[in-house]
Formats: sequence, C-alpha cells, structure tokens
Amino acid sequence: MFDVHEMEVNFGPQHPSTHGVLRVLLKVDGERIIDAKPVIGYLHRGTEKLFEHMAYPQCIPHTDRMDYVASATNNLGFVETVEKMMGVTKMIPRRAQLMRVMLSELQRISSHLLWLATHAIDIGAMTPFFYCFREREQVLDLFEAYCGARLTLNCMRIGGMPEDLPYGWLDDVEEFCAKFDAAVDEYESLLTNNRIWKRRTVGIGVLSPEEAIDWGITGPPLRGSGVEWDLRRAQPYECYPELEFDIPVGKNGDTYDRYLVRMAEMRQSNRILKQCIPLIKQTPEGDLKAKISKVIRPPEGEVYHSIESPKGELGYYIVSDGKTQNAYRCHVRPPSFVNLQALPAMAQGHLVSDLVALIGTIDIVLGEVDR
Amino acid sequence: MNKALMTYLVWPVAKFLIAFIIVQVIVAAMNWIERRLLGLMQARLGPNRVGPKGLLQIIADPIKFILKEDIVPSSAEKVAYYLGPMLPLLPAFVVFCLIPYGPPPTFTVTRVNVGLLLILALTSTAVYGIILGGWASNNKYSLMGGLRSAAQMVSYEVPFGLSIVGVLMITGSLDLVTIVRYQEINAWNFLPQIVACFIFLVSMNAENNRTPFDLPEAESELVAGYHTEYSAMKFAFFMLGEYSMMIVNSSLIVTLFFGGWTLGMFGFGLTTEVLKGMGLLGGLIGATIFFVKVMLFLLMYVWFRATFPRFRFDQLMDLGWKFMIPLALANIFVTGIFILLGQERLMYWIGIVTIALAAFYLFKPKRAAAQKVVHAS
Repeated sequence: MFDVHEMEVNFGPQHPSTHGVLRVLLKVDGERIIDAKPVIGYLHRGTEKLFEHMAYPQCIPHTDRMDYVASATNNLGFVETVEKMMGVTKMIPRRAQLMRVMLSELQRISSHLLWLATHAIDIGAMTPFFYCFREREQVLDLFEAYCGARLTLNCMRIGGMPEDLPYGWLDDVEEFCAKFDAAVDEYESLLTNNRIWKRRTVGIGVLSPEEAIDWGITGPPLRGSGVEWDLRRAQPYECYPELEFDIPVGKNGDTYDRYLVRMAEMRQSNRILKQCIPLIKQTPEGDLKAKISKVIRPPEGEVYHSIESPKGELGYYIVSDGKTQNAYRCHVRPPSFVNLQALPAMAQGHLVSDLVALIGTIDIVLGEVDR
Repeated sequence: MNKALMTYLVWPVAKFLIAFIIVQVIVAAMNWIERRLLGLMQARLGPNRVGPKGLLQIIADPIKFILKEDIVPSSAEKVAYYLGPMLPLLPAFVVFCLIPYGPPPTFTVTRVNVGLLLILALTSTAVYGIILGGWASNNKYSLMGGLRSAAQMVSYEVPFGLSIVGVLMITGSLDLVTIVRYQEINAWNFLPQIVACFIFLVSMNAENNRTPFDLPEAESELVAGYHTEYSAMKFAFFMLGEYSMMIVNSSLIVTLFFGGWTLGMFGFGLTTEVLKGMGLLGGLIGATIFFVKVMLFLLMYVWFRATFPRFRFDQLMDLGWKFMIPLALANIFVTGIFILLGQERLMYWIGIVTIALAAFYLFKPKRAAAQKVVHAS
C-alpha cells in the first residue's frame, strides 16, 4: 500500500562519530535503520603478517598500534604469550608483575575515559568530553614519566620490564588515585541520573546474555548483559589473584548498563591501583627481569593466551617453529573486532541517532579491528 | 523637511539601523562569550590568542568567513542553494523593528498593535531557509538535517504560540508595549504564567536548534546537518541567522514574561514615566535593563549547551506533541478559569509556590549516587 522509500547512507569512513575509519552501510527508512552493515579494513596494516618477519622483541612496538588507546594492555598480552610459550611465566619478578598490573590498570582508566568522552559527545553531551580528557591527561603524564611515550608506550619486555619506576612516580600515582574517585563522581553527576541521557541509552541495543555469548562478545559489553566474566578472575594472570576488586555486572544488557559497568570498572581499577602502591614499595628496586636468554627463540609449538584488555578479551595465538627468532604465525583476537559483529543485530530497528550511541557503547578502536 | 517624512521614514530607518547594529554587536560578542564561557565550564580556555583575552576573535572570524573559498557543490540546486542562507536572516532582522527595547516612542522602532502576531508570523518563516538549504545541497545528511529541522520547528511552533496565549489573556493585548506596561503595574508575567514561561523557554530552545534540541545540525550524527555543504560566508549567514534568532527569542521572553525594559515589581523608582521624564538618558537606562536581561537568557543557552546531551528525534517529537502542547492547552484552560472567577491574584501565589518548590528541589542536598551495578566478586 505504501511505497517505502529506502535510502542508502554511507555512514563513514569519514564521519565525526565512527571513531576512526569505520564505514557503516546504512539502509534507512526515514530515520529508522533497516540494515546496518559495517565495512572494515580501511586501517588494515598487516600487523599479523609483520609479526612473522620480526624477532619477538621487535613486535612489541607494533602491538602498541593495534588498540592505540590502550597500548599497555596490548604489550602485556603479547609479552605474556611469548613468556607462556617459553615457560617463564613463573619467573617474572614480583616488582615487574606489579608494575605491569599498575600500567594496565592505568591504561584501563585512560581507555575508559576516552570511551566515556567520545560516547558522551556522540550523544550530544559536550562537557564530559573535556572533563574526561582532563583526567586522561594526568594518566598520560604518568605514562610519559615512566617510559617517555604517552600513547604508544612500548613499555613491556619479554621477561620483565625495561626500566625501573622513576623517582616519585608512585607518589604521583597515589595523588592521582586519591582524586580520581571524585572525578568519576563528577562525570556521573552530569550523566548517570540525567533524564535525556537515560532516554538515549536505556533500552538501546539490548543484548541478552545468551546473544552476547553467541556473538563471542567479551569485556564490558558482556558484563553489561549480566555475565560475570572477567579474565582477570577467570584466568588469572600476573598478580591479580591477590588483589581485591569486584567485577561490575549489569542487568539489562542495554547501553545504559554498559555505561554503568564501565563507570564502575574505572572505580575498581582505581581500587587495584591503590592496593598496588604499598605492595610495590615492599619489592626490591631494580628487580625487573627474569633470567632469560637474550635471544628469544621459543620451543616449537603453539600457544593461545588472552588477557582482559579494557575492551574485552585480547588474545594472541602464536605458532613457533622452534628454529627462528620470529613467529611462524601470529594471530590476534582483538576484542573490538569480535564485539563489532553484534552491531547490525543491535542497530536493527533503531534510529540513526542510536547507531552513534551503539558504536560508542561497543567501544571500538579501528586500529584493533583492522590490525 | 516634511514632518511626515521624518516620522515615517527617517526616524524608523535610523532607529532600525541602530537596533540592527546593536544586535549585530551582541551576535558577535555572543560568539566570543559563548566560547569563553563554554571554556570556563569545561575546564579549558576557549579562544584567547587573538587580541586581549581573545576579544579580537570577534573580528577575526568574519574576516576568515569572507576570505574563505566559497564552494558550491556542482550537483546543488543553485537558486535554492543561494536562497537557503538568506531566508533565515531576513525575518530575524525584521523582527528587531518590532521589539520595544526601551520606553516608547524613542526606543521602539515601530509600535504595531498586533506586534506579537507579526513576530510569530515572521519567525516561523525562518525554517524555509533551512529546509531549502538542506534539500538543495543534494547531500543525504543535509536532507536529513533539513527534514529534522522542518519537523522540529513546525512542531515547536505550536507550544511556542500556545504559551503566549496565556500572557495575552491576562494582559489583554497583542501590543508588546502594552504587555510591558501591564507587567510594570502588576508583576512580571512569569509569576502568574509560570507554566507558560517554562514552555516558552523550552520551545525557544527547540526553535533555535540549540542543545538539547540541536538535532538538525547534530554533529555526531549528521556531520553538520543542513549546513554540511555550506562554506565561507554562506555558512556564516546560517550562523548569523541562528544567533540573531536567539537574541530575538530572548528579547521575546524578556518582553513577555520578564517585564521588558522595566524592573517591574522591584521598581526602584524606575517606572516608565520617570524614564520618559529623563528623556534620552532614561531610554538608555531602560534599554540597558532590557539588554542585561536578554544577555542573561543568552547565557542560559550556553549553560544548557554545556549541560545536556541531545534528544533523539522521536523523543523530541514525543516531548513536543505529547507533553508540551497538552500542557500549554491546560495552561490556557486554567488561566481562563482563574480570569473567569476573577482570581488573578491567586495565580501569582501559585507561581511563587512553584518556584519555591523548584528551588527546594534544586538545592536540597543530593543523595550519594545509588550504586546501580551489581557487584560480584
């Protein structure tokens, strides 16, 4: 009876809120989305192939460039996988482990801050963006004080850490931790109980726990759906078992719950950081590297190891032929790539404005999606 | 010189030009104030490079707009494309002639006895420019922005108009000068018409496409909405139109609900008669009071922009049609009952109580944010 005028819209790759170069082929009826098809590959750099041609330590800077807003956790995943292959996981000095935990929790905070900033500005709240960047700047300053880089840290080595903490760094972290909870309160005061924010997020992109598991979704989107799955607890690594923290879990699996989960995770990361500071002060200074050979040549075999990156399960699958210093094959399981799969299903029937909220809530980084 | 010529041509034109220049200065200043104030609210600086405190940004921006390359998309519908930025600007300029800035006759360009209707008629034509511009750009995002703004502005025109009816009922006039004089004798209209004032405030935000109703140009969704394809001076025209309309609407709310150039019930001896007696100086005092009030409302636009996220399109329509319009109609009905019963004074008390309750709700100590996430460890 009615003539349906479908319109095809190219959402991206150059669009302010696709967080990089994601292109979504939208089929819309007015503003309602009939079909959304993500087209990826605009940032493909062949990282996995590059890994096959480089010695293991040379790969670490390249892992930085995958999830470029959370490079410390990328480093951590890679070095842990190689260590697991070499069987030296237990030999990593405690100080190095604690430093790794601290850096990755700081990284989680900075990644979540960037997520909140962009997510809020996508939904139209301008101010949280600047507030988040104010705190993120402090985290980046801490990174800079440690390793000289702010974004692509390259801050971990196979078998330990490259250098000791600079003088006064722990005090700076302590100062940051003391203030950070209040900062999260400030963001929440602008958003959590804001009616417009709730109307824009509650009930948008609902994922049931079963659906979320079926799609292979991990990280905050999975926990937002109510599945208690955090690799820091489920497959503990480094010294996470001895640290106290809660796993925030949502109920409804909508954008609002994912928002709440991430906000709570920032507080939990802060809690972990606070615990780490006294622990790391007890360890001897300079004890940073396991006694492993300078030439890294893992035995023949394959290994898959994954860690909880800010965005979900970040896994590395490395095959070694046991003869050369580089991997025979290195595959990365990036959380953003897997989580992005659910976008078409989540976007179905929503409006164009919601698509922006959904891209934000999945928290994708295109460097990681395309590798 | 012929006296009629002076009365009907020279003076009005001169007064219009003065009002026009003042308003354009406010537009330019507003641009700077908005950016600096947003910076202040958002833990950053805002423009501070050009001139002292970045004040010369006001001049630098127009220079940039004029010198920039003016790109016209080859597939654009040329006539409509050129017409787009001009149309919103014209009504905004004309409306300035109708608003009394100070005590008449000196500080009012023209006094029309149906001034309010004329203003409503003129401001509602601003939407054509946006629709035309959005459609003529031959860009899907522009088209969506244009359509959104068409729906939005047409929908909010209704509560906008209906909220004024209450004021008309109690003042009994469409003449803006009479409305102001009424408020001087009684009290500012926002007290008896608190609901109408609220509706007017929300609708004027929606009419101006300002946050939280900035959907037509929603940057994160539609790139830049209807003005995606416009560059240089054409874009500046759109922006000028938007800011001029902001000033028009702020002037309207000040005139209708906040006593125009008078200090209303506060008085301080500055009644219209006294101001008139002081001649030009009195007029200037009145105009200053008026523009200070207008400025406060302009600052509120900025405050809103810094605070609120953006509505979704269907929610915006819901708010307009399902909430604002019934509320405005109910307000007319209730006002009518009060007037019939001859109990206008009671409405003032209702207004005062409402404001007191709102203030109590705003300033009561906030509970700690409830932990909504289940923690499992």
